[in-house]
Amino acid sequence: MVIAIVIIAGIGLVAAVLLAVADRYLSVQEDPRIGMVTAELPGANCGGCGFAGCDGYARALVAGTAPNGACAAGGEACSAAIAKILGVEATATGKRVALVKCCGTRSEAIRVGDYNGICDCNVAAATAGGDKGCKFGCLGYGACANVCPKHAISIHDGLAKVDKRLCIGCGKCVTACPKKLIELVPASATIHVLCNNPVRGPEVRKVCGVGCMGCHLCEKNSGGKEANHFTFNGFLAKVNYENPPTDEQIVAKCPAKCMAVDPHFETGH
Amino acid sequence: MSYYLMILVGAVLVNNFVLSRFLGCCPFLGVSKKTETALGMSGAVIFVMTVAAGVTWAIDHWLLQPNGLGYIHTLAFILVIAALVQFIDIAMKRFLPPLHAALGIFLPLITTNCAVLGVAEINCKQGSGFFESVFFSFAAAVGFGVALLIFSGIREKLAHANPPRSFRGIAIALVTGGLLSLAFMGFSGLVKLPY
Repeated sequence: MVIAIVIIAGIGLVAAVLLAVADRYLSVQEDPRIGMVTAELPGANCGGCGFAGCDGYARALVAGTAPNGACAAGGEACSAAIAKILGVEATATGKRVALVKCCGTRSEAIRVGDYNGICDCNVAAATAGGDKGCKFGCLGYGACANVCPKHAISIHDGLAKVDKRLCIGCGKCVTACPKKLIELVPASATIHVLCNNPVRGPEVRKVCGVGCMGCHLCEKNSGGKEANHFTFNGFLAKVNYENPPTDEQIVAKCPAKCMAVDPHFETGH
Repeated sequence: MSYYLMILVGAVLVNNFVLSRFLGCCPFLGVSKKTETALGMSGAVIFVMTVAAGVTWAIDHWLLQPNGLGYIHTLAFILVIAALVQFIDIAMKRFLPPLHAALGIFLPLITTNCAVLGVAEINCKQGSGFFESVFFSFAAAVGFGVALLIFSGIREKLAHANPPRSFRGIAIALVTGGLLSLAFMGFSGLVKLPY
């Protein structure tokens, strides 16, 4: 009995001493600023900054390898607090939010088949490209909504919509979308082209009532090519977010009706 | 050689730690949602179980049995394994930072895992030699890893499925685990078991 107590206590004592010594002499000295910066970050671990989590970003910030201001969820208050700790300037990148570049609802965009499979865009897209006539459009099976950590995306009438107020710009939906039609855009931009189909106008018209035909009218109405508010990829207009247009008149003048002013707020919780 | 092969096949397929001995069910359900984390966890378990088997064998044969304290081995093993895992965690962080980055977050999870304790208990009950114990522990951990990887693969597919509301989440995972266990029963009688 006594031997048992002595041996168990001895094992415990040896282990305790070993751990104490190891903690004293083998511990890795960490920069205390890493902990301070991590405390300032929102702790959402969303990965929007390009690092595995808030801790990874904090390490890169302290090491000086990452720009301060990459955290979309924390915003300017967060980068200002980090700037105070590290003594560096915050680079203002501005809040970015996700934009679904499609406005082909069930009534506007034709469906060429009946898809009854698993309710997920990636599976639907793997099944002959999905049931939508337009091979570039939003399928509306919610792959983006499922990965959104803030539940900012909802599906309305076969179309994903982002709530700008909830979106933190982490970009998870951008990678989840099999059609690659979600883009992170500056939250300050209000005018958007909601189409992702670069083929010729007549071809677009066959499958969708609200597809961009590449008529360049938005460019002409916003001050011509010199104003540089739009870029074109094939027959698809794209807003130049480096220099976004501000005149909301051009939206009503779009003959294809594929432009919108602040479409983000159409959904809400 | 064929004896060790039999231990390997026995521990991985026939008497799989998770699926037929039902040890280590907690990480089996907890970290099997993604194949990446399942791989990390398998690596950590293989590492810890192999090292723990060697240490517990030494404790049992050189400290407990000579003093007639075989009955107290469970207590001693928990103590030693918990301290050992903590020590490995600290030492790995210092000397092998890349390995710590890959396995680090899983190490505290398996500090007092029943699979790690179970393998020490089985070795103790069998009275096997040092190399046999260590190899059996390694094989058992590989079996755990195989089960975890298969299960995580199924669960990744299952995430897209649309089960009835009452079965969603952990319920359908438990049903799947049960079916996987039934499937592994097909391996029984594959080898004449040393264990």
